Amino acid sequence: MEYLIILVSAIFVNNILLAQFLGCCPFLGVSNKLSTAVGMSGAVCFVITLSTLVTYLLQYYVLVPLHIEFMQTISFILVIAALVQMVEIILKKISPSLYQALGIFLPLITTNCAVLGIALIVVTKEFTFGGDPHMLNLVETVVYAFASSLGFGLAMILFAGLREQIALNKVPKPFRGIPIALVTASILAMAFMGFSGMV
Amino acid sequence: MGKFKLITKGLVKENPTFVLLLGMCPTLATTTSAINGMGMGLATMFVLVLSNMAISATAPYIPDKVRIPSYIVIIAAFVTVLQFIMQAYTPAMYETLGLFIPLIVVNCIVLGRAEAFANKNSVIDSACDGLGIGLGFTMSLTILGLVREILGSGSAFGFKFISGDGILAFVLAPGAFLALAYLIVLFRKITKMN
Amino acid sequence: MTMALQSTLKNMVLSLGIICLASSAILAGVYALTKEPIEAAAAAKTNNAIRQVLPEFDGEPEMASIEAGGQSYDYYVVNKGGAVAGYAITASASGFGGPVTVMVGITADGIVYNTSVLSQSETPGLGAKCTEPEFAGQFKNLDPSKTKLAVKKDGGDIDAITASTITSRAYIVAVNNALAIYKAIREGSAPDVSTGASVEDAQTEK
Repeated sequence: MEYLIILVSAIFVNNILLAQFLGCCPFLGVSNKLSTAVGMSGAVCFVITLSTLVTYLLQYYVLVPLHIEFMQTISFILVIAALVQMVEIILKKISPSLYQALGIFLPLITTNCAVLGIALIVVTKEFTFGGDPHMLNLVETVVYAFASSLGFGLAMILFAGLREQIALNKVPKPFRGIPIALVTASILAMAFMGFSGMV
Repeated sequence: MGKFKLITKGLVKENPTFVLLLGMCPTLATTTSAINGMGMGLATMFVLVLSNMAISATAPYIPDKVRIPSYIVIIAAFVTVLQFIMQAYTPAMYETLGLFIPLIVVNCIVLGRAEAFANKNSVIDSACDGLGIGLGFTMSLTILGLVREILGSGSAFGFKFISGDGILAFVLAPGAFLALAYLIVLFRKITKMN
Repeated sequence: MTMALQSTLKNMVLSLGIICLASSAILAGVYALTKEPIEAAAAAKTNNAIRQVLPEFDGEPEMASIEAGGQSYDYYVVNKGGAVAGYAITASASGFGGPVTVMVGITADGIVYNTSVLSQSETPGLGAKCTEPEFAGQFKNLDPSKTKLAVKKDGGDIDAITASTITSRAYIVAVNNALAIYKAIREGSAPDVSTGASVEDAQTEK
């Protein structure tokens, strides 16, 4: 039950893109076409889940015991950068087809603030999810990270679909490109506000 | 390019928010009021100036292939320094901006300036560049914050001028996207860039 | 502009290593320098909150803690004229966007003197209004034996924040939790701290 609450909360209610503004660069940058949005979402999903798991372990089994929590930001971003590189190399070896689909997005992901953002949120913020306020445990962390990245994918794919439609219309000149995309995002965010209060 | 030009180009010609459209996450997330926007802008400027200087000074000694990781480490170090300073001397602002202070590390503006400018220019020029882009970012965030604050809570820089609520949506997520969209359009119209 | 060093393995490892070491050294130094001001800032925040939620007192507040249900709760005791004047108790409950943490000042005769929000992540313009006097003022000089601590929707005496019943309930649960801890401090027994579903439990005791 609790995991279901985490899923619904992270995907719909506190959508990482539309409510928390994490990962806006790829959201606006690579959402022109539905196919690239799907590829990006897949890559982000994979990297967020994996890197949050690793940084969670790093925080509680290295930084806290050694009392070097002040190295948090620097070590997290290094781990994420290294991880993204590793995923790229492994993917190239074991699944060339998947690498073809996700490969070009991987280098962009290191500087996607959603990845570092989720990694930092789970070790600094208390969550409620219907029960007492508490820090997340390992399983909850992984579920939360996965759910958040699903939320990213959902918003991204919906948004790309909308932008493909808009591209066919005549848009006033100053609105072309990013401004009309932002107006679309605004309406999408409004739609997602309808989920608030659900959990 | 003169030092003065380096500093002023970030305000209009290479404005990071309205022209280059970089650093969207903090732009949208922290501009619930003019003060918050300004705080975020100044925090980014602090990191931008220092990391630009450090990267410009160390660039000749960094092999090309480990360039990006090195820059990220340098930027992350300055961000953490900023975190400590803010926690100690501006704890309220630190709490308000929260997650978005450590996230300056992955702000594309900072890494972008390192790649595009600091690693091939002198320390002084890089500092001016950081200052200029930082000022442009601060100005944009303050304007966006001000617009959202006036519409959303009926106040400006914390001074309330209407009783009751404003248009709440402007403080929340949809208003952030909408206000930014219209400001970009306005900016394009005024500067006739498009 | 001279070209960068060649990308041999030795150069790469060396330069990255030196940068990491230098950064860590700078960080450790700044951390040591700012450690005290950071602690002072946190202490000032707590002290201000205590001064806000309790009437004037002598000297400095003393920190104490009480064990209950396997959890330890910290609270502050203040004295006036040699006797205990009141307690500042921090309690939290689940709000809309996360925990709502409230410091509750309770005088020696069991009256809630005032409350102060220490942290919350409620929706700006809606739940975040719990810090404003319009809502929080209802907890000033509140006698828990005369006022029913629940929102009017639930049959209590507290006006909820417009369109933010969840936040209002969380605030009330936090105050109730603080009262339960207060009771435990006075009686030396384990407090009955609830989390949200059981506002009534704390009510039925009287």
